[in-house]
Amino acid sequence: MIKVENLYKSFDDLAVLQNIDTTINHGEVVAVIGPSGSGKSTLLRCMNLLETPTEGHIWIDGEDLTIPSTNILKVRQKIGMVFQHFHLFPHMKVIDNLTYAPMTVKGLSKNEAEVSADKLLAQVGLSDKKDAYPNSLSGGQKQRVAIARALAMEPELMLFDEPTSALDPEMVKEVLDVIKSLADSGMTMVVVTHEMGFAKEVADRIIFMDYGQIVEESKPEDFFSSAKTDRARGFLDKVL
Amino acid sequence: MNLDFSQVVPYIPFILEGIWVTLGFVIVAIIIGFFIGALVALVKISHVKFLRQLADLYTSIFRGTPLILQLMIVYYGIPQLLEYDISPFLAAILTFGLNSSAYVSEIVRAGIQAVDKGQLEAAQALGIPYRQTMVKIILPQAMKNILPALMNEFITLTKESAIVSVINYLDLMRRARVVGADLYSPLEPLIIVGVIYYMMVMVLTMLGKLLERRLRKSD
Ligand SMILES: Nc1ncnc2c1ncn2[C@@H]1O[C@H](COP(=O)(O)OP(=O)(O)O)[C@@H](O)[C@H]1O
Ligand SMILES: [Mg+2]
Repeated sequence: MIKVENLYKSFDDLAVLQNIDTTINHGEVVAVIGPSGSGKSTLLRCMNLLETPTEGHIWIDGEDLTIPSTNILKVRQKIGMVFQHFHLFPHMKVIDNLTYAPMTVKGLSKNEAEVSADKLLAQVGLSDKKDAYPNSLSGGQKQRVAIARALAMEPELMLFDEPTSALDPEMVKEVLDVIKSLADSGMTMVVVTHEMGFAKEVADRIIFMDYGQIVEESKPEDFFSSAKTDRARGFLDKVL
Repeated sequence: MNLDFSQVVPYIPFILEGIWVTLGFVIVAIIIGFFIGALVALVKISHVKFLRQLADLYTSIFRGTPLILQLMIVYYGIPQLLEYDISPFLAAILTFGLNSSAYVSEIVRAGIQAVDKGQLEAAQALGIPYRQTMVKIILPQAMKNILPALMNEFITLTKESAIVSVINYLDLMRRARVVGADLYSPLEPLIIVGVIYYMMVMVLTMLGKLLERRLRKSD
């Protein structure tokens, strides 16, 4: 479903991603882990072209995102993204946060958009917050709304960039549960996370990054019990 | 102490009429200034360097020369160059509108840049086109932050509007001068229009506060 080939990304002189090669298959859940500054966010952001790759190719459903003729807006419609800091639209009610993009981008009628938004709010357990403004919500609620907002576009792929890192500890679970049930429903997902328990339980595959490279890629049970590289073992020693 | 307001009484309707004359072109100029200013602000943050430079030049010309000079150049220059007899009203809304837009564009640009970059990214990630992103997501948030500065600009414009009296536009200020000349007593009508200007500014200030409160309902 998404294939990254020989990807390089640098900011001015700083090489942030080097020689990234990986494929994410339909229905697969991939957890990306690694030390801070290792390029996890940049990799994720290249996948929906929030960052422009310096070199290399990214294919989604056989379409090369890195060639100029690709319609970026169309590609982004297929990819939902959830950010560490939510980035809900603060001047819109929760319901409008969910319906604005489907109405504007996909041309849904207000009614159609609201019907599907209602379903999604129920799915993330926030039906009662429909008419609330984001600033009145807790962090966990905001992130669940953000997930619902991304899902409202009916994406084929979801990208999560440390979705629980900005949350108070007691709110982590409610968000992880939503992501988990999404994974169970068969959604293709790439999740950057520091929640090792979550990665172990939910991911089909772990990508471990360090210094802008993919150092190790393996099944979670292998990765957590017997990592192949010193760097991965060193990292796990620190976080586990 | 030689102050006699009673002699002004017969002229009161004439002076009060000036309120509408002044308000009329000030409101139109504010609207023109706001929309052109917002547009110029969008150009200033665009990716086309040439357009950005053009917008900066536009701003610097209007901010770098006296308003009264701009007004006279428009009023006397357009008939000379285009052989079109521009009315004082048209000259006034054009000059004040464009002049104000230069200041508004700087205010709006700063406001847009102060909006969290994550808002733009969230909109991009959803596939929302640039224009809608700006108009429906970024600008409304920028507006909230810059409302006080915008109100300030509108108040300045209202007060500076008195300059139109130099092109014989019968605004409040001009009327005070006319009445003063008629009575051989300039001070009383000046004080009266002074009070009127002050009240107009107070009303604008109150409107601004009201609007601010409405926009803050999402907090
Ligand atoms: N827009 C940017 N400009 C310059 N440097 C950046 C930018 N974004 C990220 N970086 C740098 O790229 C490196 C990788 O960042 P990031 O992908 O955010 O890492 P991670 O998500 O793994 O913590 C860091 O050194 C960071 O400072
Ligand atoms: Mg990151």
